[in-house]
Amino acid sequence: MAAGVSSPSPVAVALKDSAAAAVVAALLAVPLLGFRLMDRSQGPELALRLSWIPIAAASVFVGRFALTLGGGALSRGLARRPPTVTLVDRPNRGRRLAGWAMAGFALALPFLPFSDRNLIDKATLVLIYVMLGWGLNVVVGLAGLLDLGYVAFYAVGAYSYALLSLHFGLTFWICLPLAGLLAGTVGMILGFPVLRLRGDYLAIVTLGFGEIVRIILLNWQSLTGGPNGIVDIHRPSFFGLPFTANPPEGHPSFATFFGLAYTPDHRIIFQYYLIFALALATNLFTLRIRKLPIGRAWEALREDETACRSLGLNPTTIKLSAFAIGAMFGGLAGSFFATRQGFISPESFNFLESAMILAIVVLGGMGSQVGIVLAAVILVGLPEWFRDLQLYRMLAFGGAMVLIMLWRPRGLLSSREPTIRLATAPRPALPAPEPAA
Amino acid sequence: MTDQLAPLLTVEHLTMRFGGLLAVDDVSFTARKGDITAIIGPNGAGKTTVFNCLTGFYKARVGRLALNRGEDEMFLLERMEGFRIAREAGVARTFQNIRLFAGMSVLENLIVAQHDPLMRASAFTVAGLLGLGRYRRAEHAAIDFARQWLDRVGLLAQADAAAGGLPYGSQRRLEIARAMCTRPVLLCLDEPAAGLNPRESQELNQLLLEVRRDTGVSILLIEHDMSVVMGISDHIVVLDHGRLIADGPPAAVRADERVIRAYLGAEEDEALPVEVAGDRGVN
Repeated sequence: MAAGVSSPSPVAVALKDSAAAAVVAALLAVPLLGFRLMDRSQGPELALRLSWIPIAAASVFVGRFALTLGGGALSRGLARRPPTVTLVDRPNRGRRLAGWAMAGFALALPFLPFSDRNLIDKATLVLIYVMLGWGLNVVVGLAGLLDLGYVAFYAVGAYSYALLSLHFGLTFWICLPLAGLLAGTVGMILGFPVLRLRGDYLAIVTLGFGEIVRIILLNWQSLTGGPNGIVDIHRPSFFGLPFTANPPEGHPSFATFFGLAYTPDHRIIFQYYLIFALALATNLFTLRIRKLPIGRAWEALREDETACRSLGLNPTTIKLSAFAIGAMFGGLAGSFFATRQGFISPESFNFLESAMILAIVVLGGMGSQVGIVLAAVILVGLPEWFRDLQLYRMLAFGGAMVLIMLWRPRGLLSSREPTIRLATAPRPALPAPEPAA
Repeated sequence: MTDQLAPLLTVEHLTMRFGGLLAVDDVSFTARKGDITAIIGPNGAGKTTVFNCLTGFYKARVGRLALNRGEDEMFLLERMEGFRIAREAGVARTFQNIRLFAGMSVLENLIVAQHDPLMRASAFTVAGLLGLGRYRRAEHAAIDFARQWLDRVGLLAQADAAAGGLPYGSQRRLEIARAMCTRPVLLCLDEPAAGLNPRESQELNQLLLEVRRDTGVSILLIEHDMSVVMGISDHIVVLDHGRLIADGPPAAVRADERVIRAYLGAEEDEALPVEVAGDRGVN
């Protein structure tokens, strides 16, 4: 009678667990998949689609079974994630080379044999997101302030340019710094109420702020045109030379001035180089400011705000400067967006855009400039090229994000280079005096 | 040690209440310039609360915290924001649970501590962006200063490594070096010997004495490790249940009836439940 209680085999446990999951899936599938609304001549009608229910249950069963048995490997893979951002020991030559190679490729892109109008257009779009990613990286990657409403600054920049050029006839080159300034100011205004917030709370408030800006744009009909947006936004000129087919008498266009045959490609290529220059400026500015006290203070703030305060750093100014500078780049990108599209409406500035930019920063590896380029190409570029896959585009997008987060939970390139190295710092000429108390 | 008449720090009637809990109750003491002053007491005596009031992490509603830097430079710390206490009054601190910038390099930690002079040298980033010589010189000076401190705490070889990856004892020393890089007049150390082995504690003693000798900084420290407290303190303040129970040189404090009672448990405490009495033992 002393039958020992043997522990059930892992396969039996997995089978039982999977069966339970399959039952739940079948129950859920009845309302979710079991009915289909049919459009009949006599009106809509519910059709039963019972065959889908066992399919759903079976796939859940198989998936759950595989996960339970193979889950060990998965969780071991997850456990390998590094605890903090790793600091690279030696100057990362490879990454710097990759950066230069990318910049060189981007510079040559319009003149490569395989490039056409379509490709340059898509590359322009990718570069907008690269610039937005680099801008948001200041706030999220360096200062560690989770901002879910970044698109608000993008919108402020776009509308600043559109309205200033529409009402005051200012040119793109005057509006560009103004748009940056305005967006930076708005960034600072947003910064004030959220100074005391961190992490999730900050994310929620910035999310709300992004929506507020969009809703203001929608409803302030007299200024922004509401949902109709603003049309016929001025296109940028090449140092005063417009890109038009038939310039008025006495006003040369880009094509006539350089004696070229007019083609709309000129404008496309010019826009491409414009955003390339803007993005590059963003990058150089960020790389430089990282090595200045303010940039180090941002990173210190990300690491430990309390310690910052104990060292005499004022968290208020540090946070506000990060918000303002991040917002400024968003605004610059926004005014480029407006001039490229020639039309803007609140539609373009919804939460999904913010989420996309944040995804680029996070997947790229917080704080990594090259990683952001890779992430922008993957998240913005690839879906554009695979538009034919239509339905499965978003599925693949979601899948790619999940996979990246599983394999590289800290982003594609997560290591960080110190802003200063003792090994390469100049030696003192004279023994420095003892510190005074 | 010097200047008996003018204490660097004067704490008067400091009282701090958290809801119904009186964490610090009418505490007054002074710390003289150039002295190492230790605040000791059983767990929950209010030592860290005093520290947090001093360094601006708590706002004291009752009492006065005066820092006298001489030459009519007087700071009332209870009225200042935390970061100003560090920047203007020159009070630097370390933390009981080390707070380094873990993802940044050891050297970067020390450069961040020199934020204020560097920020001014970079003309609030403008001169720095333009790469002007003034900022470059200031940065070199900051690196040299950091180098001296790295040398002193024995971390020169790890200067470019991540601060979070250092062994525990090194992190403690780095935190002290980082605090000293703000060029303070008063260095507040919250349990600097916690988690150190006896040999490391001795090295810490040595380090603190050297730092004081070479820079003239005054030190205020909270410590449980009696070998540190008795070994280097000039002056000891004993707190228990938020109240000051003894105040004087080590020898006098060691012999004080009330201190012994607070640490070893008194007759009246024996009526308390065992775990409460146990909690109050020497750490």
